[in-house]
Amino acid sequence: MHPTSEADLAEAIATAKGALRIQGGATRDIGAPVIGTPLSTQAMDGIVEYEPGALTLVARAGTPLAQIEAALAAEGQRLPFEPMDHRPVLGTTGTPTIGGVVAANVSGPRRVQVGACRDFLLGARFVDGAGRVLKNGGRVMKNVTGYDLVKLMAGSFGTLGVITEVSFKVLPIPETQVTLAFSGHDPARAVVTMAAALSSPFEVSGAAWVQGQTLLRLEGMERSVAYRVGALAQRLQPFGQADHIQGTAANTLWQTIRDAGALVGCETLWRVSLKPSDAPAFLAAVDPEQQLKCQIDWGGGLIWLGAQTAENAANTHARLRAEIATLGGHVTMLKAPTALRTSLAVFQPEPPATAALARALRHRFDPKAILNPGLMG
Amino acid sequence: MEMPAPNPAVLALKPRLVARLQEVLAPDAVIHDEAETRAYECDALTAYRCPPLCAVLPSTTQQVSDVLRICHEMGVPVVPRGSGTSLAGGALPTADSVILGVARMNDVLEVDYDNRFVRVQSGRTNLSVTGAVEADGFFYAPDPSSQLACAISGNIAMNSGGAHCLKYGVTTNNLLGVTLVLMDGTVLELGGAHMDAPGLDFLGVICGSEGQLGVVTEATLRILPKPEGARPVLMGYDSNEVAGQVVSDIIKAGVLPVAIEFMDRPCIRATEAFAKAGYPDCEALLIVEVEGSADEIDEQLALITAIARRHNPVELREAADEEQARRIWLGRKSAFGAMGQINDYMCLDGTIPVSQLPYVLRRIGEMSKDYGLGVGNVFHAGDGNMHPLILFDANKPGDLELCEAFGADILRLCVEVGGCLTGEHGVGIEKRDLMVDQFAPDDLDIQMAVKDVFDPKWLLNPAKVFPLAASEPRRQAQIAAE
Repeated sequence: MHPTSEADLAEAIATAKGALRIQGGATRDIGAPVIGTPLSTQAMDGIVEYEPGALTLVARAGTPLAQIEAALAAEGQRLPFEPMDHRPVLGTTGTPTIGGVVAANVSGPRRVQVGACRDFLLGARFVDGAGRVLKNGGRVMKNVTGYDLVKLMAGSFGTLGVITEVSFKVLPIPETQVTLAFSGHDPARAVVTMAAALSSPFEVSGAAWVQGQTLLRLEGMERSVAYRVGALAQRLQPFGQADHIQGTAANTLWQTIRDAGALVGCETLWRVSLKPSDAPAFLAAVDPEQQLKCQIDWGGGLIWLGAQTAENAANTHARLRAEIATLGGHVTMLKAPTALRTSLAVFQPEPPATAALARALRHRFDPKAILNPGLMG
Repeated sequence: MEMPAPNPAVLALKPRLVARLQEVLAPDAVIHDEAETRAYECDALTAYRCPPLCAVLPSTTQQVSDVLRICHEMGVPVVPRGSGTSLAGGALPTADSVILGVARMNDVLEVDYDNRFVRVQSGRTNLSVTGAVEADGFFYAPDPSSQLACAISGNIAMNSGGAHCLKYGVTTNNLLGVTLVLMDGTVLELGGAHMDAPGLDFLGVICGSEGQLGVVTEATLRILPKPEGARPVLMGYDSNEVAGQVVSDIIKAGVLPVAIEFMDRPCIRATEAFAKAGYPDCEALLIVEVEGSADEIDEQLALITAIARRHNPVELREAADEEQARRIWLGRKSAFGAMGQINDYMCLDGTIPVSQLPYVLRRIGEMSKDYGLGVGNVFHAGDGNMHPLILFDANKPGDLELCEAFGADILRLCVEVGGCLTGEHGVGIEKRDLMVDQFAPDDLDIQMAVKDVFDPKWLLNPAKVFPLAASEPRRQAQIAAE
């Protein structure tokens, strides 16, 4: 099904007889496999409104992300949360949509400084499982009118409603960026270095570790960045001498980090969210032999782990879940063969009371249980 | 503002209820004497008052859980209260409710600079969160005007903002986790020191739910390293249109100030008479503040003042030192107090798209003439969050009602131009009945469905947020089922 309007979509959902597989550009095949009639939002597209002077943009869910990024770039602005492109790492094809970004609450390296997709989402329109067209939030930056269901829709993977329109706060693209690169770091040294950088007043907008390098990004006006690069390098002297990466090389570098480039080709992939300073201990516990491919982002708060094959994946999965249970945080199995994603819990199981609330809420939003049923467990 | 009639069956439970509460709380933590409960009869929306059945002041999450479980079992409504600074009546009791105040829960539980968070009990005041970390160079960003008094619990309930949220976001963007007690006494941990929720974003729903879904007893808050410095610039213009254009041009130029504040002529005059900050007598005044090192501030202010000059300001004053910066902020910070010196006032909180600023100000001016009530405007221009202050005389019969009608018209105007009823104060009872102007019945129904899930008996903070016509049938059905 390819509804072209909210009304069509509402009709399709209201009359649906069985499960629907909701998708945008189908580039983010995340979660437990869902068997259902495909329903795509791609035909509901287009930028509805863009006010650069108010830093706000409204677009229909099926609008290609690339189209939105181009429109913003033409005015020197961007989506601040730097949504990743899942295609390389998941091995998918297709055109990422803005609705998909929201449904999966997709953020990139800048999340550590400015916040996630859900933090910039100002409003959403959606159709619930009963076929009702609903709205929450709006298109202004400050809005506490009623309950914040906008946050609830972000990251709900189409299980509470089919998103039809979203509005965002956007921000200016800074004049320039410079990345400090420290070599020869292990995760422990990297996380300490990143903590020192993120605790400084120099506004680090990316803090990642990949292939032995700790990378710290500074963005802003020319003179300001020059000053902060100097001041930060000075402060971080105990952690080594830093190389400077800038221009196109820096852009490419952060795009690769954003898209978990170090893990492309892995057949199994996990995404671990935890307290940043716990990252080294977590890694030492779950992968002492360093058999897995690894990338650290968000100053330690986000770990990507991947295995070339799916062999032993169930064991690894159990190990990751056991370790995170002692530390706090959560593990998502982002990529694995269908059989594994069916038999193992893709998303971190929740405590019983929270799980009961989630179940009850889903029932209210999707009484027929037809919207991506079972995807989130 | 109409409140539901108290349930006589609940009123009759008072002696038994007080006895049960005394079993789980310290003797001085249960306030039931009629003279003493008066202290809890209102919040900062003082036009509405009603003493509660009793008030409790628990000290621990366990005690909060005990209180809620008892009230749940007995079918007694509970009104959570932080510091009682709500301008929307968010903590207004009903006669058949228990006030649950978290004022005694104000400890700092954990400070973690490596991971940049603090965990506090929710009764702690906003400013004292920063107070706990500022010696080490950190701060908690959301800064509502009442930050000296207001509690984190209330900030979370209303998703409070402040002057500096253009850069740092509002409460929800700085909240990492909460300990939440549901009405039946269940204790939940949502979020924590890690980023992003694992399943559905319940943390995002709790923030801004006005104490209707659960009681937050502890909060994990993001703290930020303090910038090296900050400096404001003041500019005055002859028209609101031009000032609005300046705001838009600054934003479009790619610099992001931490604050852009706007005051109109009535507000400037009142403030000047009161605080003598040396503001120019002009139509519109902007205060723009930027942060960073001395060099960075110079660079940003050069760009901002160049934009300001292009629009022929009647005054353009850059703070050269701390004292001048203080004087620039002095008037803005005393604006509410200054208006209060002249009259009683009602403070509104609508948000509009920034581009609609000149039109909305013009319409407010016209309505002010029609209603015969003065109005001053002071607001966060960078994000379109307006605070019209309507002046009235509380001792003059009918003036409050007239003022409320004027306020409602302004808020409807905000919605009409694409904005919303409240940007940072919350709905409470104040804007409850205007919700139908912003939301269709189904939009309200899905929000109330969330309430059904978290608080099936509709006992938490009754008669707030939703129009009574929509919420009372749901609540009464639950009472009847008891």
